[in-house]
Amino acid sequence: MTSSIMDKETVAPEQSWLRRHSELWLCLFLLALGVLVLTDAISMPADFTQRGPVGPKAVPVLVGSLLILISLLLARDVLRGGKGEAEAGEDIDLDTPAEWRTVLGLSAAFLVNAALIGVVGFPISSAIMFWGASYALGSRHLVRDPLIAALVSVITWVIFTQLLGLTLPGGPLMGVL
Amino acid sequence: MDSISLLLDGFGTALTPVNLAFAALGVLLGTAIGVLPGIGPAMAVALLLPVTYGLSPTAAFIMFAGIYYGGMFGGSTTSILLNTPGESAAVVTAIEGNPMARKGRASQALATAAIGHFVGGLIGTVALVLLAPTVASLAVDIGAQDYSAIMVLAFIAVTSVLGKSRVRGFASLLIGLTIGLIGLDEMTGQSRLTFGSLHLSDGIDIVIVAVGLFAVGESLWVAAHLRQSKSEAIPAGRPWLARSDLRRTWKPWLRGPVIGFPFGAIPAGGAEIPTFLSYVTEKRLSKHRDEFGNGAIEGVAGPESTASASAAGTLVSMLTLGLPTTAVAAVMLGAFQQYGIQPGPLLFSRESALVWGLIASLFVGLVLLLVINLPMAPVWSKLLRIPRPYLYAGILFFASVGAYAVSGEVLDLITLFVIGVIGFVMRRYGLPVLPAIIGVILGPGAEQQMRRALQISDGNLAGLVNSPMAVTVYVIIAVLLAWPLIRKAFRRTPEHV
Repeated sequence: MTSSIMDKETVAPEQSWLRRHSELWLCLFLLALGVLVLTDAISMPADFTQRGPVGPKAVPVLVGSLLILISLLLARDVLRGGKGEAEAGEDIDLDTPAEWRTVLGLSAAFLVNAALIGVVGFPISSAIMFWGASYALGSRHLVRDPLIAALVSVITWVIFTQLLGLTLPGGPLMGVL
Repeated sequence: MDSISLLLDGFGTALTPVNLAFAALGVLLGTAIGVLPGIGPAMAVALLLPVTYGLSPTAAFIMFAGIYYGGMFGGSTTSILLNTPGESAAVVTAIEGNPMARKGRASQALATAAIGHFVGGLIGTVALVLLAPTVASLAVDIGAQDYSAIMVLAFIAVTSVLGKSRVRGFASLLIGLTIGLIGLDEMTGQSRLTFGSLHLSDGIDIVIVAVGLFAVGESLWVAAHLRQSKSEAIPAGRPWLARSDLRRTWKPWLRGPVIGFPFGAIPAGGAEIPTFLSYVTEKRLSKHRDEFGNGAIEGVAGPESTASASAAGTLVSMLTLGLPTTAVAAVMLGAFQQYGIQPGPLLFSRESALVWGLIASLFVGLVLLLVINLPMAPVWSKLLRIPRPYLYAGILFFASVGAYAVSGEVLDLITLFVIGVIGFVMRRYGLPVLPAIIGVILGPGAEQQMRRALQISDGNLAGLVNSPMAVTVYVIIAVLLAWPLIRKAFRRTPEHV
């Protein structure tokens, strides 16, 4: 127990100050969001046909101002040593450092789907996403992974379009079936 | 009584073979998705929303009732067998449920949970039948100023009563309110935060917000910290209870709703507080107090029944006031809005058939839950062994299906991703997700009601507080906000919080 505390103390100075206070980026984001909401509200045409005494500006002005206020309060809290408690969960191990490569891989899989879905259709595009995502998360079965990906997306496509009456683009492949 | 005959009509709707099939499908899907580790009821409901797009409102909501109860029960299964509650309502269940399972009493724990759900849900739903029409008829007279007061109360309660840090709760709420502002202002048609984009002027669909914050945000967050060591799920047999178990569980089952139902109906965050209260109560009343912490069956029976009854209580305020008090209720309210139905006092008169069909299907869903889930428990417990890469790839997959099926636009997928990244950042820095969801869903309504109230009073701010109800609600808000100060004053001890 004592040794782990010692470890932390010796390790801590190596991390830059900003890294330990990375929550300040969140404050900056909230501040920027507040400014954005405020400028958008103020730039609304004033003589807009407004029904009632309170127009469409009031609430955005309020929300924008509160965002700026809360960003400052949060920054104060962080500088005083407050820390947001990262969310725990069933499959989450907070003792390990964040695996950014996994996060980026998962994001890439998702965005590839967004880029491809209109071109090659839902079944192929989603199968690629499923495979990509499970690969990013560490699955390395060269036969089983793509097979499951293909099955899941084709079955989902059939259920959604044939049984539930929704439209998902089939793409060139499904035109053949 | 009038509501009894309406309820009978409701059963007429719910018990047609087609609707019965939808209810059964809902229970199955809800349990299957809810059992999966990492998926709580709110995410289960959000992910399954698109399944109901093609259905009629009645069929959709009947299916929803099944998904709701199934998802809640699935969550407690995960708690008991994996010791890893998927959501706040099931946290308490894990305290006694998992030790029971580890001592080889997994089947008894699951049966206690299932029957507890049934009993709590049954009593809670009966209370809903008796109370909701009265609340609705009382609520018909409340004015715009009262509504805006209640919604402000919901905002404040959800940020200050729950969670560990108020600042972070408010930050989350404001993010939600900002997302809710995007689109055309309902009263004037003025576009706000759309930046000239035609796509944004429709506003961001509530399904995309919910799925983004819950499913995509969660997947990205898990990806960053995926547990490499496997947590072992305890295998479960067919659930059953011995007579000696029954003797210890029937009282906790019956006490649960007394605590759960009222807490569910008020905006204090659903099942978290009442399940804990129920646990403490059962511990105090139990003759086997020494067993607590090592798998006392009362500690499963009470909280499970409480959680289920609180879900029914949640529906009272959701259906009669349009006020969601939990994340699941917020997502369900979003689903109502998808169909152009606005829950509120008028719902009972305008959509009578639909509401009573829904309530009747809550009963049907409960029975199906018991009939389907007790024998199928061994199957559900197998779902816990799904390889994590497939699980989270699947969550991402269904999230994108849901977002894309809303309107078939690629831009929706991009929006979903952006909101998912926001959800990721929120988890990283301890911003609770619930205030954001409540902000998105209630924000626009709160604004309309406030402006309507001010329109009536011709701009006089007193128009917001000129009714006894509004004044009362604002007093409660003031107490909630000042609570840390009040507590400090009473304790007279310096607190470094």
